[in-house]
Amino acid sequence: MKRWLPHPLLSFALLAMWLLLQHSLAPTDVLLGLILAGLIPRLWARLEPPALRLASGFVALRLALRVAGDILWSNLMVMRRIWSRRAEPASGFVTIPLELRDPWGLAVLAAIISATPGTVWVSHDARRQLLVIHVLELVDAATSAGTIKQRYERPLMEILQC
Amino acid sequence: MNALQQLPSWAAVLVAGLALMSAVLAFSGSLGLLRFRAFYQRAHAPTLGTTAGVACMVGAVVLCFSLLQDGLAVRALLIGVLLLVTAPIGLLLVVRAALARDHLAGTPGIPPWDDDLEE
Repeated sequence: MKRWLPHPLLSFALLAMWLLLQHSLAPTDVLLGLILAGLIPRLWARLEPPALRLASGFVALRLALRVAGDILWSNLMVMRRIWSRRAEPASGFVTIPLELRDPWGLAVLAAIISATPGTVWVSHDARRQLLVIHVLELVDAATSAGTIKQRYERPLMEILQC
Repeated sequence: MNALQQLPSWAAVLVAGLALMSAVLAFSGSLGLLRFRAFYQRAHAPTLGTTAGVACMVGAVVLCFSLLQDGLAVRALLIGVLLLVTAPIGLLLVVRAALARDHLAGTPGIPPWDDDLEE
């Protein structure tokens, strides 16, 4: 099992994506999808990705919903800022000490922070575990840092069990 | 045009509203790009189009084509998922390029470049 399907989740996602793209369940499409789902994860394994262990699907689902809500909310906030007549927003850099070390967790955190309008991932020092983000409307650096840690870092550490 | 007339009116209103909302979001993003003055502020604006803007458009497409054709037209959801995963990569590259440039120029008030921290 491990030998033939090194990354079952990735294989399943590839097959689902292939069938969605083809928009059919014809035997030839399913066969080609199965071949791709079998081959691509082997190439991926050649890249020697760090091990991924998902501990809690429930927490992951809750995090996904929370991120979706936050993204919609900050869309409205940033849109309000763009259309307002007031002067420049008071933006700035925030340095956040992280406890998260897992490369998968960091990648997801980077995607969450960058996909949310109003915050962008700027740099990360792996050795000192310091993350720098840029916040469009900075009220208080400590509050922003606390929010990121509480809302995203904590659940990510729970999901990845670290 | 004929195919669209088969759409029930409530759905037509909803689809049009979502498409319009998507356009407003994408336009706001571009306007922000124009209005903000600092580079790092500008980096925030286009995310409007790639997140909620795309979500609204995908919603409109899924709703419209699920009603016009048989079955759920979920293919458009792939666009949303793939954009949500890939857009931050582009943003990150642009921001880090700006950081490297500012660092070489010695601009004040810029966070340290990672390599400096590692030494």
